[in-house]
Amino acid sequence: MSEPMNDLDRPQGYAAIRERVTASLARRKRQEQRFRLVGIGAVLASLSLVALLFVTILQKGLPAFWQATFVMDVTFSPDLVQISPKPVAEPAETPAAFQQRYLAWQTELGFVDFNQVILESLAKVLPETADYPRDALRLVTSGERFGLRDMVMADPSVVGKTVRLNLLADANVDVWLKGNIDRSLPDAQQQLSARTRAWADQLYASGVIQNKFSTALFMNVDSRSSLASAGLAGAFVGSLMMMLLVILLAVPIGVASAIYLEEFAPKNRWTDLIEVNINNLAAVPSIVFGLLGAAVFVLWFKLPLSAPIVGGLVLTLMTLPTVIIATRSTLKAIPPSIREAALGVGASKVQAITDHVLPLALPGILTATILGVAQALGETAPLLLIGMSAFVASVPSTPFDQSTALPVQIFLWQGNELRNFFEGRTSAAIIVLLALMLTLNSLAIWLRRRLETRW
Amino acid sequence: MSTVNIAQTATTTMQTTSEASKAQAAIATGKVKIQAQDVRVFYGANEALHGVSLDILQNEVIAFIGPSGCGKSTFLRCFNRMNDTVAGAKVTGKITVDGRDIYEPSLDVVLLRAQVGMVFQKPNPFPKSIFDNVAYGTRLHGLATSRADLEQVVESSLRKAGLWDEVKDRLDSPGTGLSGGQQQRLCIARAIAVNPDVILMDEPCSALDPIATGIIEELITELKRNYTIVIVTHNMQQAGRVADRTAFFHLGNLIELGQTSQIFMNPKERRTEDYVTGRYG
Repeated sequence: MSEPMNDLDRPQGYAAIRERVTASLARRKRQEQRFRLVGIGAVLASLSLVALLFVTILQKGLPAFWQATFVMDVTFSPDLVQISPKPVAEPAETPAAFQQRYLAWQTELGFVDFNQVILESLAKVLPETADYPRDALRLVTSGERFGLRDMVMADPSVVGKTVRLNLLADANVDVWLKGNIDRSLPDAQQQLSARTRAWADQLYASGVIQNKFSTALFMNVDSRSSLASAGLAGAFVGSLMMMLLVILLAVPIGVASAIYLEEFAPKNRWTDLIEVNINNLAAVPSIVFGLLGAAVFVLWFKLPLSAPIVGGLVLTLMTLPTVIIATRSTLKAIPPSIREAALGVGASKVQAITDHVLPLALPGILTATILGVAQALGETAPLLLIGMSAFVASVPSTPFDQSTALPVQIFLWQGNELRNFFEGRTSAAIIVLLALMLTLNSLAIWLRRRLETRW
Repeated sequence: MSTVNIAQTATTTMQTTSEASKAQAAIATGKVKIQAQDVRVFYGANEALHGVSLDILQNEVIAFIGPSGCGKSTFLRCFNRMNDTVAGAKVTGKITVDGRDIYEPSLDVVLLRAQVGMVFQKPNPFPKSIFDNVAYGTRLHGLATSRADLEQVVESSLRKAGLWDEVKDRLDSPGTGLSGGQQQRLCIARAIAVNPDVILMDEPCSALDPIATGIIEELITELKRNYTIVIVTHNMQQAGRVADRTAFFHLGNLIELGQTSQIFMNPKERRTEDYVTGRYG
């Protein structure tokens, strides 16, 4: 008891302690500052990486939405488009007979050389093109002759008329005019002849070729012969179908399994085993799911190759663990007091869950779902294995039709030989995919906010 | 010192409240509402309650006291089979409510919980409107035939819980927006709305301030006229103020059961005395 009882009895000791505390305080503050700086640095680094990604994609992709386009008068002269009148179904005729006549007419139309129509129109704006039709035809993308044919097929009265049309320029013309190729390269390394290049410049200067916003990217299907008109329509619809399938299958199955496992299942070795397996499945590389899909759905169930139905099933399998795990953790986070309150007034277990637990868990379940679906939407690897990397030039009308998907289309385009053109096209496709995902995510956030702010 | 104080409080409460003395008389000749015989509760291999037998009389307020982990809440939760929801929990022995074994397989636990209502430690209103909170049980059991009927039930329940005047103008606002004490009274109203005989209260005031506690305690004395109330509490003064009889639990055993005044003034057991005089707990 000879020791002083407190610091007030020994001012020097007190001062010493204070000094030590102050010293440690300074050290602690520095530590805290360092920690914060590291955090800020990490955030800045990730933000700048994301910004870099977006800037490069936008820089490359946005110009691709505008394409070199001919704006000129096209004359469907009767000399060039010589066809008999479009057949009309007669009352006495059987449908089969009419069909036959109509097909014959279509064949007739198929023999019309619409390239000549294009050449004639070009000659009107640039007479010297008439002398070099081979070079002149490389100005307009080859798919446009079918566009003209379709116009006649839809409405034969266009023959004999002159119409002002927008025709997409060839991909190489687009590349040349946008400066996406080194203009100083020697002729041997240029895709277009010197003549065609000179004409392109001339027509661009005179305003016949304009850089116009093009809907080809959205409205057309993929193309290998007419690169300038290659579009995403098929892939977009394919992706949409698969997404719907995933939502329709993975969400109810996943949420129901999560509810059962979390709320009803007895805790024993079997449920432990199931839980471990679900967690493992979430970590399985997606390409393995593709193999599984190929083996089970394509080979065993005999579902068609490259079809959104198979893609949707494979992506559902891939998404299920994510949905189950996230839903379970949401359910776990609902305070047990709510369940007790409901049970306490005599609700059955199912009633307690449907009346109280699920409404509270809904925002979380929604987030889980959207995350899962977004992941599925961006998945490429498993789709490659079920044949969706095939070149498909049509829009699927049912999930059993052949199709491709947006990420696969991106994968295909980035490997195209005409890099100068497809670099931009690929980035544009990425922008479309990102926009779709962003829409989905904003929808999820909006829904969550709406459901959460009820109370 | 403190024993005397609590005991005095208890006695004065009883002498001044004529209701209490009436209830006292009722208990003397009382009809047994709940009977527990050799109730044991296991959580896995661990026995939390070691064979408790006890009778609860109609229209009495009985308090369970004891240090934390003594099994009083566990015992309380046997009466409406709330322990069923705990994974690995097992109850043995026999509990009857109105002479009927509540653990027999043919009994519907939903019916039991409508008869034996419960108020929890932490106020747990649903994240719904005040009206919907009270109406939930009534709707669930289909007790109201019309909207007007339902409104009637909600109003009378809120009145009985002493909350009507405070919330009658905002029945549509969320129950979670009320103060803690109001929330707890809302939970009491919700329990009352399904017309139970027994109300179990698991430390109903432990999360409330003294004023809110006072209001709930008054309410309990009021509710006793119509309901049998079993209350678990950590607060010995509270037991002294509201309970007709008090049971002291320790380490999973029922140590002593008696009139509240007797438990606090001259406990028979040494452990009871140690606890009520504040030597441990």
